Amino acid sequence: MLDIRGRWKGVLLPLAAILALSACGSKTGENESTGGAVADTSGDTVKVGLLNSLSGTMAISEVTVRDSIRLAVEEINAAGGVLGKKIEPISEDGASDWPTFAEKAEKLIREDKVAAVFGCWTSASRKAVKPVFEENKALLFYPVQYEGLEQSPYIFYTGATTNQQIVPGLDYLKSQGKTSVYLVGSDYVFPRTANKIIKAYAAANGMTVLGEDYAPLGSTEFGTIVNKVKASKASAVFNTLNGDSNVAFFKEYKSAGLTAATMPVVSVSIAEEEVKSIGTQYLDGQLTAWNYYQTTPGAANDKFVKAYKAKYGQDKPTSDPMEAAYVSVYLWKAMVEKAGKFDVAAVKSASDGVTFEAPEGLVTIDGATQHIYKTARIGKVGPDGLITEVWNSGQPVKPDPYLKGYPWATGLS
Amino acid sequence: MRSLSWRAGAGFAVGAVLLFGVAPFALSDFRLSLLAKYLCLAMVAVGIGLAWGRGGLLTLGQGVFFGLGGYAMAMHMKLADAGPGEMPDFMQLYGQLDALPWWWRPFANPAFALPATVLLPMLVAFLLGSLVFRRRVRGAYFAILSQALAAAMAILLIGQQGTTGGTNGLTDFQGFFGYDLDDPVNQRMVYFIVAGVLLLLLAIARQLMRSRYGELLVAVRDSEERVRFLGYNPANVKLVAYVTAAGMAGLAGALFVPAVGIINPALIGIVPSIEFVIGVAVGGRASLLGPVLGAVAVAWAKTTLSEEFPAAWTYLQGLLFVLVVAFLPGGLASVVRLLRRRRRPPPDPAPVSPAPVVAQEVTA
Amino acid sequence: MTVIVSQLFTGVSIGAVLLLIALGLSLTFGQMGVINMAHGEFIMAGAYTVYVLQKVITGAGWSLLVALPLAFAVAGAMGVLLEFLLIRRLYARPLDTLLVTWGVSLILQQLARDIFGAPNVQTRAPDALTGNIKITDDLVLSNNRLFILALALLAVVALTLVLRFSSLGRRIRAVVQNRDLAAVSGIPTGRVDRLTFLIGSGLAGVAGVALTLLGPIGPTMGTNVIIDAFLVVVAGGIGHLKGSVIVAFALGTLQSLVEYSTTVSVAKVGVFVAIVAFLQWRPQGLFTLRTRSLA
Repeated sequence: MLDIRGRWKGVLLPLAAILALSACGSKTGENESTGGAVADTSGDTVKVGLLNSLSGTMAISEVTVRDSIRLAVEEINAAGGVLGKKIEPISEDGASDWPTFAEKAEKLIREDKVAAVFGCWTSASRKAVKPVFEENKALLFYPVQYEGLEQSPYIFYTGATTNQQIVPGLDYLKSQGKTSVYLVGSDYVFPRTANKIIKAYAAANGMTVLGEDYAPLGSTEFGTIVNKVKASKASAVFNTLNGDSNVAFFKEYKSAGLTAATMPVVSVSIAEEEVKSIGTQYLDGQLTAWNYYQTTPGAANDKFVKAYKAKYGQDKPTSDPMEAAYVSVYLWKAMVEKAGKFDVAAVKSASDGVTFEAPEGLVTIDGATQHIYKTARIGKVGPDGLITEVWNSGQPVKPDPYLKGYPWATGLS
Repeated sequence: MRSLSWRAGAGFAVGAVLLFGVAPFALSDFRLSLLAKYLCLAMVAVGIGLAWGRGGLLTLGQGVFFGLGGYAMAMHMKLADAGPGEMPDFMQLYGQLDALPWWWRPFANPAFALPATVLLPMLVAFLLGSLVFRRRVRGAYFAILSQALAAAMAILLIGQQGTTGGTNGLTDFQGFFGYDLDDPVNQRMVYFIVAGVLLLLLAIARQLMRSRYGELLVAVRDSEERVRFLGYNPANVKLVAYVTAAGMAGLAGALFVPAVGIINPALIGIVPSIEFVIGVAVGGRASLLGPVLGAVAVAWAKTTLSEEFPAAWTYLQGLLFVLVVAFLPGGLASVVRLLRRRRRPPPDPAPVSPAPVVAQEVTA
Repeated sequence: MTVIVSQLFTGVSIGAVLLLIALGLSLTFGQMGVINMAHGEFIMAGAYTVYVLQKVITGAGWSLLVALPLAFAVAGAMGVLLEFLLIRRLYARPLDTLLVTWGVSLILQQLARDIFGAPNVQTRAPDALTGNIKITDDLVLSNNRLFILALALLAVVALTLVLRFSSLGRRIRAVVQNRDLAAVSGIPTGRVDRLTFLIGSGLAGVAGVALTLLGPIGPTMGTNVIIDAFLVVVAGGIGHLKGSVIVAFALGTLQSLVEYSTTVSVAKVGVFVAIVAFLQWRPQGLFTLRTRSLA
C-alpha cells in the first residue's frame, strides 16, 4: 500500500538537488550589505508610498491620515512639486493586519521603487515594517504619537514621543494638585510602556499610582474596571485605551457617577474624530494630551483646516495624527530640497535642523533621533465636541525617545 | 489502481516542475516570497481538507495550531539572533525581566524547537481532542469550542506582552539557522523548502485518504453511529485526523515565520481561523488538491484585489462563503469532476478513488 | 463588603447583557439548531436603528422607547429574509450554515461601513439612564444596567409565555421535538421555522438597542459579542431557555469576580476553561432535551 518509492524518486531527487544548489546564500554576520532597493526617480514624477489600513478595525483612524497625506501631496504638486518633479502617490491597504503591512511595504519599496513611504498607525504595524525598511534602506515617515524607546535609522517619527505627550500630561496633573492616579489602558505596547513611564514619574514626583488595568483591544465591558477605579478614590485617571474601548469606558464612567469635576480623565488616544463617536454627553470637560487641536490658533492651521474641510467635507474634524501626517510630507519635501536629491542617505544627513511652519506651530527635525521638536498641549473637550487648549509647553519640546534627560527615568529602557 | 498511482505520480511531477522549475524564474523576488506565504496557507488547507472534507470536523481553530508552530519557530529564531545566554531584543525593551523565562529556554536548541513546531500543536490537539471527542461533543458544539479556543489563545498571548511580544508578536528576524534572511538567495531557499514541504504534506494526505483509515474517516463523517456499531471507536478515528491537521498547521506556521518574517496574535484569532476554511471550501473540501489550489487562489485574490479595491475584497470574501458553501458544497473540484465525467461518459468499471462525495454533515 | 456587592451587581448585569444577546440565539440555535454567525450583525442593525431614529425623533427617551419595537422589526425582517433565502436550504447541513452566515455577516458589516461610515456613530442616552441610584457613597447601581437587567428579564418572561402558552409556541416546540411528526400533524413547519427566526432575530435587535447604552455603535460591534453568546447557549443546553438564563448569570458573575482579583484577559480565558470543563461533565449542556433523533 505504501509503495511510494518509485513515485517519490521523481520528486525528491530534484528537490534535494535544488536545495543543495540554493543553500549558498550569505550567512548572518557576514553582512555583505546588499545595498537595498533604489528609488526610481528617473521620470518627471517621483513616487511615494502611502501605507495605511483602508479596511479592518484600524481603518477608522487610518483613512483620515491617508486623506491628509493626499492633501499635502496635492498642495505640493500644485506649488510645483519637489525638485521640479510632481509627486505620484501610490496607496496601499495594510488591512489592519501586521503581516500585510510588511508585505505592502516590501511591494512599495521593491516593485514601485518609491522614494519614501508615509503611514502606519499602530506600534505593531510599525514594528512589523521596521525590518523591511532597514533591510532595503528605505524611508518611512510615521505620523502617530507612540511609546518611544525606538530610533530606527530609516524611520522619521513626526508624532510625539513620550516626553512630548505623556510627561507633559503628568506635569499638568501635578500642577493641578492631583496626587494620585489610576491607570487604565488597552493591552498592547503603547499603554504598557506609557504606564511604566508614569509609574517611574509618580515615584519621583510624590504621586501615588492606585491601580493599573488593561483591557484587551476591542473590549467593551468596563463594569469591573470602573468599579475598581471608583473604589480607588484616585484624584485622576490616566487613560491609554484605544478605539472602541473608549466608548464603553466613558459610558460606564458616567453612569457610575464619576465626572470630570470629581475625577478627571486624561486621555492620550482621544482626538477630535474619537470625540465625535463617543459623544460629548459622556466626555464633556475631560482632558486630552496632544500636540495639536483643530482649534490651535495660527494662520498655518487656519489654512490646513480650511483646505481639509473643503476637500473632504465640512463635518470632518482635523486631529493630531492627521496633522502630523500632513506635516511629514512637507518635512520630507524640505529635506529633499536641502539635500538637492532624493537619495535616502543624502536626505537623512540633510535632515538635522530642517524646519516647517506647521499647523501646530514651528516644528524642527532633530537629526540625532529623527524625531521632531513639538509643542505639548493639554486640551479640554467642550460641549461642541471640539477640544480647546488649557495649557501648553510654551515652546517646542526637544524629542527624547529614551527619556535620557529625565533622571527618574533611568532604568526604563 | 496501477493507472491511478501513475497519474498521481505525474501530478506530483507537474506540481514539482511548476513550483521548482517555473515559479522561481517567472516571478520577481517579491512575488516569489508572496507565493511562499500562500503555500504556507495552503499547508493549513491540506490539513483542513483532511479533517473537515473527509472527517466532517469543522476545525475553526486552526489558527491556534498555526500559531503554536509559528511561535515555536519564532522563539528559536529570536534566541538564535540574540546569541547564547542573551535575551531577545523586545524582552529587554518591554519585559523588565532579569532572566529568560523558563519556558523560552528549551527553544534555544534547534533539536527541541524544530520538532516542537509540529509536536506541540499535535499535543495540544491530542489533549483537546481526546477530551472533546470522547465526550461526544461534536458538530456545531465542536466548531464553536474551536473558535472560543482561538479567541482565548489570542487573548492569552496579547496579555503576556513581556514574554510573547503582545500584539506586536515576534518580528525582526536576522537569520534562519545561520543564514541571513535579508539575502534574496536565502529567501529563495526558504521558498524551496516551503514548496518541498507542501508536496510532502500532500503525499502524506493522499496516503492517509486512500488507506483503510481514510475510508473509516469518511464513514465516521457520514454516520458515526454505524461505525460505532461496527466495533470501531469513532473518537479515535476523529482524533487522528484532528491531530494530523494540527501538525500540518503547526508546520505551516513554522515556515510562515521565515517566509513572511512575523508571527503575531492576529494570525491566531477567530477571523484568520475561519479564513483558512474559505480557501478549502472554494477549492473543494473533500478533494486532495482542491484545498491547496483554493487556498492559494483566495490568498492571491486577496492580495490583488485589496491592492485596488480594499472594500470590494470584503464583499467578495463574504460572497464566496455564501455562494460556494451554500450552492457548490463540493467546491470547484466538483465542477472539474462534473466536466470530466461529461467528457468521458462511461468510466472504467474498476472502483475509482474513494467515491467523490459531496460532504454531508451529520446533524449533531 | 461593598466591593463584593458592587461586583455582584456588575456580574449580574454582565449576565443580563449576555442573556439578552444569547436569548435570540437560544431560539435559532437552541431550538432550531441553526448556527447563525450573522446574529451579531442583527444586533448591530438594532443599534443603528437607534442612531437613524434619533435623526427623526430628537427626544432621547422617546427615541429609545420607539427604537425597541422598531429594532425588533428591522432585525426580525432581516432574519426572516436570511432564513428564506439561505438557511432554509441548509437545515441538513448545520456546519455549512455557520460558514454561509459568516459570509453574510462579512457582507453586512461592510454594508454598514459603506452606509454609516467606518467610525463608530454616537447616540444619545436619555438622562434618566445615564445616572445612578446611590445606595451608599461607594455603592451605586447605574440606571442603564438596571434598565438592561429589567429588559432582559422581561424578554425572558415574554418568550417563556409565548413558548409555553401560545399556539405558535406549541407549534415551535412540536417542530423542535419531532419535525416529521409535527409536519404529519398538519403543522406548516416551514412557516413555523420562519416565525421562530423572526422572534430570535428580533430579540437580537432589542439587544442592539440595549447595547447602545453601554458600548460603541459601529460595524464590528456584533463580532465582539457573538462568541460569548454562543458559549452561553452551548453550555446552557439545546432547547432550554432555563439553561441559557442560568449560564448567562453564572458566567457574568464568574467573569466579574475573577476580573476583579486578576485581569480581564485572565477572566476571559478562565471563562473559556470553565466552559470546556463544564462540557466534560455535561456534554449536552446544563439541560438536555429528549428528542427522538439519534444523536
